[in-house]
Amino acid sequence: MGKINIDQSRCKSCYICTETCPKGLIKKSQKTNRLGDYMVELDDKNNECIACAMCAKRCPEIAIEVYK
Amino acid sequence: MQQVFSIPKSMKKDFKYTFCPGCDHGIAIRLVAEVIDELGIREDIISSTSVGCSVFLYDFLDIDCVEAPHGRALASATGVKRARPDKFVFTYSGDGDFASIGLAESMHTALRGENISSICINNTTYGMTGGQLGPTTLLGQKTTTSPTGRNVDYYGYPIKIAEHIALCEGTAYSARVALDTVPHINQAKQAIKKAFQVQLEGLGFGFVEILSSCPTNWHMTPEEAHKRVREEMMPVFPLGVFKEVNNGN
Repeated sequence: MGKINIDQSRCKSCYICTETCPKGLIKKSQKTNRLGDYMVELDDKNNECIACAMCAKRCPEIAIEVYK
Repeated sequence: MQQVFSIPKSMKKDFKYTFCPGCDHGIAIRLVAEVIDELGIREDIISSTSVGCSVFLYDFLDIDCVEAPHGRALASATGVKRARPDKFVFTYSGDGDFASIGLAESMHTALRGENISSICINNTTYGMTGGQLGPTTLLGQKTTTSPTGRNVDYYGYPIKIAEHIALCEGTAYSARVALDTVPHINQAKQAIKKAFQVQLEGLGFGFVEILSSCPTNWHMTPEEAHKRVREEMMPVFPLGVFKEVNNGN
C-alpha cells in the first residue's frame, strides 16, 4: 500500500502523471488553481497504489512525494 | 509510512521551476542533483553555465557556478578546471549553445581530453528565444525561421552531437539518452553518473546528450511532445553509448 502527496503550489497541470500511472489512479480534478487550470488528485478508494513512484519520476516539477 | 521519493538534497530550499509546463529540463536537473547526492561531491563542484533555458540551473541547484558567454561554457570550464584541478567541473547546456554557437569550443574541449563532464539537452530548437531553427532541427520540421520546414538544399542536415563527440580521441564517455519514459529516465541517470565518474577517475571528457521535448515551441501537449521524441527524433538520433573508456584500456 502506498500514498502520494501532490504539492499543488508546484504543479503546472501538464497531466503527464495522469497518463503515466499504470493503474490510472491520478485524475484531473474539478478544482482549479489560481491560474484557472484543473489540478490533479489521487483517486485511490481501494488502496491500489503500490508506491512504484513512476508518476514522481516523470513529474517535471518534482511536485510528487511518494510514501510506502 | 516511509518516504521513498523526495526532492534531492542538492536542490535549493523552496525552489520552484520557472520552465514551461511539461518541460524536460525539470527532470534532467533532478537527475543531475540525484547523481551529485549519490557521489557526495556537492561541496567540490564549480559549474560553468550556458545561455538559454538551461542557464536556470543555478537558480535550482545549491552549487557554485560561473556564468560564461553564449556558447563558451566549455571554454570557461576548461579555465576553471586547469586553475583548480581539485574541483569537480561540469557544464549543462542546450543544443544551440553546445552545438551551434559553441561548437568549436565544445569539440576542441573533447579533442583536448579535458577532465570535464558535460550535459547537452537536445530539443531540436532554440527554446528560450521562441523556437528558431537550431543545429539539431529535424528535416521537415517547421520553426519560426523555417516556416515551410527544414529542407536540405537551404539549411543542410541536423548534427548528431553524441556521435561527433565520440569520434574525438580525448573523449572518455559519450552517450545519448531520452526522458520520455520511466526506463529511459533511469538509463539517463546511469549515463549522467558515468559521465561524472570518468571525471572523478581522471579518464577524460564525459558527455551525455539528452533528447528532450519543448511542448511550447513544438505547439503540442506534453504527452504529444514525448510521442514525437519517440517517433520522430529517435530514428534520427538513436539512443546508446557511443564511446566508453574504462580504467586500464
